[in-house]
Amino acid sequence: MSYFTEIYHGVKTLLTGMRVTGRYFITSGKSAITQQYPDNRASLKMFDRFRGEVVMLHDENNEHSCTGCQKCELACPNGSIEIIWDRGVDPETGKKKKFIDKHIYHLGMCTQCGLCVQACPSNAIVWAQKFRKTRSTTEPS
Amino acid sequence: MLTSSLLFIPSLHDFLFSLLPPGLAKGAEMVLVGIIYLTIFAVAGLFLVLLERKVAARFQLRLGPNRVGYGGSMQTLADALKLLSKELTGTVRADKFLFNLAPYFVIITALMALAVLPFSQSMQVFDINIGLFFLIALSSVGVIGILLAGWGSNNKYAMIGAMRSGVQTISYELSVGLSLVTMVLLAGSLQLSQIVEVQKSGWLIVQGHIPALIAFMIFMIAGTAETNRAPFDLVEAESELGAGFHTEYSGMKFAYFFLAEFINMFIIAAIAVIVFFGAWLSPFGITESLPWLGVFWFLGKTFLVVLLMMWFRWTFPRLRVDQLLTLEWKYLLPLNLANLVLMAVTVWLNLTIQF
Ligand code: SF4
Ligand code: SF4
Repeated sequence: MSYFTEIYHGVKTLLTGMRVTGRYFITSGKSAITQQYPDNRASLKMFDRFRGEVVMLHDENNEHSCTGCQKCELACPNGSIEIIWDRGVDPETGKKKKFIDKHIYHLGMCTQCGLCVQACPSNAIVWAQKFRKTRSTTEPS
Repeated sequence: MLTSSLLFIPSLHDFLFSLLPPGLAKGAEMVLVGIIYLTIFAVAGLFLVLLERKVAARFQLRLGPNRVGYGGSMQTLADALKLLSKELTGTVRADKFLFNLAPYFVIITALMALAVLPFSQSMQVFDINIGLFFLIALSSVGVIGILLAGWGSNNKYAMIGAMRSGVQTISYELSVGLSLVTMVLLAGSLQLSQIVEVQKSGWLIVQGHIPALIAFMIFMIAGTAETNRAPFDLVEAESELGAGFHTEYSGMKFAYFFLAEFINMFIIAAIAVIVFFGAWLSPFGITESLPWLGVFWFLGKTFLVVLLMMWFRWTFPRLRVDQLLTLEWKYLLPLNLANLVLMAVTVWLNLTIQF
């Protein structure tokens, strides 16, 4: 008897699958997710989750919250992040402290894996949507 | 009974016979018919490839080819031109003769199958009295081309692909054959024009109701497997075998395989239309007074069945070899045999629905 229940179950699941794709087929005309990129350059709005580049957030005083902890540098599997730091004396407490000199991000090596963003304890780096790094000479920068 | 003639263009037929002596006219007519069918082959193949890509795109919420020509309509033509200009490569120590022979096997069987299809009342080149049997036989000959391609390539992946194809065709042609035999019981003839004639009192899928419906489902599954399309495309499983049996082919020889695959899909769909959905007959006979509309009905119905096969392809995941064989030998075959008995009883007790 389980033979027939198996057949019934099999056919039912196949039909469920076909219903899902069938709905896509009928409704996908306008809602296709393809972006015809250079044509819609003016109106293109990338998705929130899109990973274009890693940027360091700056607030209105042009300050960032990076502490120079180097966790992102360690997390990056291919060494795309380089942190150049220095030791100095904190003017407030008079203690020795690590200062971040430079946070260098090599876009050309980055694989957009997102590990650095996850690793950062102070949420100093986030994803930005910009993906086009060039411009033609006729465009304003 | 060879009826190779241009009967579907009667004026041309008469013109040829008035111009030439009968023997020559017959020859000229055969050549013309050949050219017409080759054109159909190429145009239908290119169109189906384009259709497949567009339909696949819609199923996956993409756009598909849309750059060449209006809405991408010239895309496959451009692809074919590109393939024409490509170098024909081969492998070292391959069996050159078989390697070159294989694509022709595949397309010639596809073309021969096209010849017996009744596109409309008069447009049928070869109305042989064992038409359905001929079609079943041809669909198994096509696999020889695939086996030769795999063997001749001197490539392990191609060989594995070809062997899988052999396994698949040997098992599934059983189901194709038996489901068609079930319908032959109902129609009472193997001749395609006769089968269509029977359906003037209701399409066979209506006449045979439950057993016909089961036969149709089995035929669609087995037919998809016969054409080596997903979910039964183990023959050219990209993730395992590269391109399967045509890994080593390039240029036009590759295009032959590619086109033949799509034409085979068209043929399977056409057989389904002939046997289950009344071929060129219009539903309820609404255009009976205009026989030339038959071609459109035939192509329209075939198109719908092709769409169904594409729907399968873009929904279901590929089967493993053992699953493939389990499906055939443990499920389809027993069901098919039971269905055959059911159909026999239905016909015997006159339980068919006829208008
Ligand atoms: S996204 Fe990945 S690859 Fe890129 S910088 Fe961050 S950790 Fe490195
Ligand atoms: S992990 Fe964050 S806080 Fe630490 S160095 Fe990198 S960006 Fe700065």
